[in-house]
Amino acid sequence: MRSIRAAAVGAVVLSLALAATACGGGSSSGGGSNDSPKELTYWASNQGAGVEVDKKVLQPELDKFEKETGIKVKLEVVPWSDLLNRILTATTSGQGPDVLNIGNTWSASLQATGALLPWDAQNFEKIGGKDRFVASALGSTGAQGQDPAAVPLYSMAYALYYNKRMFADAGVTEPPATWDELVEVGKRISKDGKWGLGAEGSNPSNNIHQVFVLAKQHGADFFTADGKPDFTSDGAVAAVKQYVDLMARDKVVAPGNAEYAQNQSLSDFAKGRTAMVLWQTASATFASMGMKDDEWGVAPAPVPSGTPGAGRATNSMVAGINMAVFKNTDNLDGATEFVKFMTSDAEQRILNKAYGSIPPVKGAQSDPAFHTRGTSVLRETLATSAAALPQVPDESQFETAVGTAVKELFADAANGREVTTGSVAEKLAKAQQQMPHK
Amino acid sequence: MTTTTASAQPGERTDGRSSPGTARGPRRRPGRIRRIGLPYLLLLPALLLELLVHLVPMVLGIAMSFKELTQFSLRDWTAAPWNGLDNFTLSVDFDAPVGEALLHSFLITCAFTVLSVGLCWLIGTAAAICMQDAFRGRGLLRALFLVPYALPVYAAVITWAFMFQHDNGLVNHVLHDQLGLTDKPSFWLIGDNSFVALLVVSVWKGWPFAFLIVMAGLQNIPKELYEAAALDGAGVRQQIRRITLPSLRPVNQVLVLVLFLWTFNDFNTPFVLFGKAAPEAADLISVHIYQSSFVTWNFGTGSAMSVLLLLFLLLVTGAYLFLTSRATRASRATGAPRTRRNTSERKTADG
Repeated sequence: MRSIRAAAVGAVVLSLALAATACGGGSSSGGGSNDSPKELTYWASNQGAGVEVDKKVLQPELDKFEKETGIKVKLEVVPWSDLLNRILTATTSGQGPDVLNIGNTWSASLQATGALLPWDAQNFEKIGGKDRFVASALGSTGAQGQDPAAVPLYSMAYALYYNKRMFADAGVTEPPATWDELVEVGKRISKDGKWGLGAEGSNPSNNIHQVFVLAKQHGADFFTADGKPDFTSDGAVAAVKQYVDLMARDKVVAPGNAEYAQNQSLSDFAKGRTAMVLWQTASATFASMGMKDDEWGVAPAPVPSGTPGAGRATNSMVAGINMAVFKNTDNLDGATEFVKFMTSDAEQRILNKAYGSIPPVKGAQSDPAFHTRGTSVLRETLATSAAALPQVPDESQFETAVGTAVKELFADAANGREVTTGSVAEKLAKAQQQMPHK
Repeated sequence: MTTTTASAQPGERTDGRSSPGTARGPRRRPGRIRRIGLPYLLLLPALLLELLVHLVPMVLGIAMSFKELTQFSLRDWTAAPWNGLDNFTLSVDFDAPVGEALLHSFLITCAFTVLSVGLCWLIGTAAAICMQDAFRGRGLLRALFLVPYALPVYAAVITWAFMFQHDNGLVNHVLHDQLGLTDKPSFWLIGDNSFVALLVVSVWKGWPFAFLIVMAGLQNIPKELYEAAALDGAGVRQQIRRITLPSLRPVNQVLVLVLFLWTFNDFNTPFVLFGKAAPEAADLISVHIYQSSFVTWNFGTGSAMSVLLLLFLLLVTGAYLFLTSRATRASRATGAPRTRRNTSERKTADG
């Protein structure tokens, strides 16, 4: 009997303890402290060809940081498909990393949650000042008029990558500079199982990047000046239609691309099945797919006419990765120190070289590695003809809603259904109705 | 539980004797309370964990459905503003886009569930009946049939996603390249065919469970019934209709309910097959709710939709259990005397 009672009491105590620990885990409204000064958790985004590649690139640098400061950084590379959800969950539970990478287009959305440390003048001073960063990269770190929610880490831009052999076979001597030229070249190449241009039709984010630039070229924006969704303007409809028409009307994109969402268009390109892709910093990926550097060429992404520039001559979004600090970190000084380390000139050179991206830090840009054939185009695009995606709190919802609408239009086009101005406008209207109402 | 209570009695007595000097009357009552309380005490850990794992999140979810929970209030959601029934009215306003999309998703899910459960049950039962008689290789076939059920869902569905690819998929290779059944390769993961693709994977994944349960149920049907029926001149079809299916009734009742709940709530299959944005034709309600909360960051509306789904499933399950138990009672009431008469008749015939 005694043993039964003891067992029962033990079980009750155990379950109460379990319940107590499970409930008392989160402290989401903490303000940040320096309770554990010797340790940091870092969520890195997946920049290389795979998660393992990132670990190999980052670990030596983290070891270096530990040697310098004595702070051990626990690294986790989070795949893109999970990153935003993980951040949201961490925001709700308060159980997140100390430092993390975010897609720079999410800056304003995540800023609105209030979970990220604002980079005011004082915080910027700790990492060497705001002036160290390139202006265009700073334009994608949060809503205007507020302290940035993150610091630029890697900068990227879209460019037109083309297969030299396929161009030569089709008698194309110059890469297309305008959309008309691109369609013309694409038509010449698209036959016998080969295609002109690749697309990731089922990847909402990629769709957004493309139609955002096209909308700029049509003089439209997806948000009004005061941050309200405006998806159905003539320019926006024309932009989306122009992009889907590359498959539906011009037939320079293979119908199968409508279901691509895992960079299959890049492997098609590397295998010589498609002659062109519009992509951001693809050189490292091509190399990992076994394509030699002299087999592909790179040119600025096309514009309606003339040369790339501001306004209607925009030919890329400001793509990139920002680094943020969770406000409730228990190692605030260490986290700031780590951001300073990662954005230092020396580390910027090493990391951006490894990923084929452009350093958003001015001091690192002079390195010859960022003046090669591949990187010069990206650097110049960022400097002269790239525009930041809307820095509004609803940006990530916009990416999903409009990106999915474009995916559905691609599905229509692939199945041989007609894509008209009307059907595009209808899909965009539906996307706009899904946006949060305030 | 009963054994524990029984064993507690002698234990009490020993306990009472071992501590003399205390008053007899007051000691008895705590002893009795303890004796009656022990089973509950032993249940307490399970109860607490059940509360923690199931009920607390459910109650929190219900609470969230009355809140305006967006990215602005996410960080400290307990402080999010209450907005009464707004989330619910938004969800069921079928003239507005959110409600219309939810209704569309609900109808798709209903059609999908009916077809999937029906096919799973039909194939599972048919296979189980075919496997009932011993033959060479039966064990191997049975094991083979259970493979889809035993495979990890993610691995299996990802394989299906590869097979359904437009350009390099096995399905198009067989249907188009080899058999020439279609004019051009079909799209299975986008557009209208996605419903068919989803159904195929769901049935492939679900029927082995029906097979397993029905097979177990078949073991409980006495052989004599079949022998008697065969003597009376019943063919295979009549045996299945008059003996197998009625005997399987209680098993089927549970099986269909479980399959219904699993299929209606299935999240993994569509999510792995189509990703975060499911095609309209295969927009199952679980993914739809996920998208309504995680993708648009409007967790209040998502919670309200979940609560509506919960209510619907409760309603269906309750109605189902009520109807089937009434039907069982009715069939027992009419069926019992007949069996008795049959046996008595047979006895007299034998005698």
